[in-house]
Amino acid sequence: MIEKLDQIFLLLRTWLVGFLPARWQAAAGVVLGVVAIIGTYPALFALGTVMERKGLGRMQNRLGPNRVGPFGILQPVADGIKALVKEDVIPSRADKAVHFLAPLLLVVVVFMGFAVLPMGRNMVLVDLDAGLLFFFAMGASTELSVFMAGWSSRNKYSLLGAMRAIAQMISYEVVLLMSSLAVVMISGTLSLPDIVDKQNRYTYGLPHWYAFTPWGFAGLVMFSIAAMAETNRSPFDLPEGESELVAGYFTEYSGFKFALFFLGEYVGMFSIAGLGATLFLGGWTAPFEFLTWVPSWMWFFGKLMVAMCIFIWIRGTLPRLRQDQLMNFAWKFVLPMTLLNLLVAALWRFLGHGWLRWVICWVIVLGAYVLMAQIGMRKRNLGPRRYRYAE
Amino acid sequence: MTPLAAYLMVAAILFAIGLAGALTRRNAILVLIGIELMLNAANLNLVAFWHYGPNPGALTGMMFAIFSIAVAAAEAAVGLGLVISIYRHTRTTDLDQINRMKG
Amino acid sequence: MTVSIPFYILSAITLLGGLAAVTLRNTVHCALALTAAFAGLAMLFLQLDAQFAGFAQILIYIGAVAILVVFAILLTRNAELEATSVFSRTWIAGLAIAAAVFTVLGWAIMQTASRLPEAWPTPQVTVRDIGNALMSRYILPLEIVALLLTAALIGAVIVAMHEKEGTK
Repeated sequence: MIEKLDQIFLLLRTWLVGFLPARWQAAAGVVLGVVAIIGTYPALFALGTVMERKGLGRMQNRLGPNRVGPFGILQPVADGIKALVKEDVIPSRADKAVHFLAPLLLVVVVFMGFAVLPMGRNMVLVDLDAGLLFFFAMGASTELSVFMAGWSSRNKYSLLGAMRAIAQMISYEVVLLMSSLAVVMISGTLSLPDIVDKQNRYTYGLPHWYAFTPWGFAGLVMFSIAAMAETNRSPFDLPEGESELVAGYFTEYSGFKFALFFLGEYVGMFSIAGLGATLFLGGWTAPFEFLTWVPSWMWFFGKLMVAMCIFIWIRGTLPRLRQDQLMNFAWKFVLPMTLLNLLVAALWRFLGHGWLRWVICWVIVLGAYVLMAQIGMRKRNLGPRRYRYAE
Repeated sequence: MTPLAAYLMVAAILFAIGLAGALTRRNAILVLIGIELMLNAANLNLVAFWHYGPNPGALTGMMFAIFSIAVAAAEAAVGLGLVISIYRHTRTTDLDQINRMKG
Repeated sequence: MTVSIPFYILSAITLLGGLAAVTLRNTVHCALALTAAFAGLAMLFLQLDAQFAGFAQILIYIGAVAILVVFAILLTRNAELEATSVFSRTWIAGLAIAAAVFTVLGWAIMQTASRLPEAWPTPQVTVRDIGNALMSRYILPLEIVALLLTAALIGAVIVAMHEKEGTK
């Protein structure tokens, strides 16, 4: 019974596909999987927008939306209707073809990333041998759509926002890749279902998630920093900073196209949170051995929701980073830490099992972090603010 | 026409297009675009021969193509850096006008 | 085994993208057409069972080289339309040379088309095989490419850097 609940989506798919002749069954199965993904994630996006607005509101000591439906749950419906009936304003000098294609490209590319995420036991749409590489390739393609949006609007602010966004995304893409490299090194495979399978063991009831190892914990922290920067989330949201650049690269988009950009951004956040959960937090595995009776897809989506809450929490708490501070942080601090993380992961693998590798690896990770932080803070004289007045 | 010949024809047409672009356009950046197209055509050739060749298990063709992709990216970076540097000096990217060293 | 419909569609995308990339007037449109050509090529690699090469092509070419080209176009103020013709004065010579090269290549392919192999067993390559090959047989090219990329990185930064004040 529990196994049936765990595999319920697969059983549903086989039952539905059974109505078709045998030649079309494989293709129909894939189409059903695609339809399920396209149906689920926009629904989660709707839930995510409400969670964000209520959460941010509470953190800023105000209520969020609470008029439409109980506790504002139906707010996304109102937002959707607004986005659909708003007039689509295109600047007269804008490049119409490119302006039209940019949100489409973003949404297509972002949804393609879900094809390799294992959302439950045996529940991956395509089990590619180089699945992680495919995911990162799709992530790299989103930058192009950002540029297309910013340039085609023929607007200084859009172009500036697009340039900043691309510079930020390229820098943090390197960090993203390097921090997941340690996981690939230890698991020995680029295929995401296999990475989850390697974490599906329990010792004394505790799971073998990579986040509980020193290099995995450092990797998870750096991966989340890079994930927040990749999706232009605060504190890295200078490209779309509402008080600086109007709305950054999607200033000139209104109505449905803006809704598509918004959808692309949130779904991208879910996608990268899903990848982080798969690589570091064990994907669809349960946290304790006595909880394995809960269906695997519930754990995956639970982890996704927890990651979303952490994104919202950090957005509401930390101030925005300036562009040069952001790039400095990426190239001079996080990237050397990722390289060190690779070294620590290698030491972990070759020091044998036992308490020695735990101690050495934790010491190296924490020691390097403290050392680099001290070096980074040395040249700053933080004292009381001095004012200069105009003469 | 065998599949291998079809892939080779596509690569040859792409190479000719890239060559034509590199030789006829004025803008320095478009010359670099033509060069990238030529490199891509060569990569397609390599992978097609790897797939339809006698020993695909040795991975030679695919490895060659991957190294070629990496080197082409490096060359594009340096080439575009040069174009930007020339633009700063002469305020133009029109190749017909950058002829100070002409005899 | 004859060529299939996906092959025709993908080669059409690639060739049209390449053609647009060298003939369009607006430079940024050329760069975007180049991206379409890269995408078509990546899918042709996937048709040829070269998964790693295909995904690496998307990641490197579309994710980095296309962005680089676009940045260079914007930094050199080429985004506005040209007043003069976009083709150089000697465009006939260039076209003739390209046509000659294509004739030679096409003739060579057609001559040997009957002698080329029809079909071989499709290779099943895993990423693990590629990793093993990179570490055993291709270790020297790997190290040299690493050196080359470092040199290119430092070189590109130095070439494009602003000159220091006072040396103008």
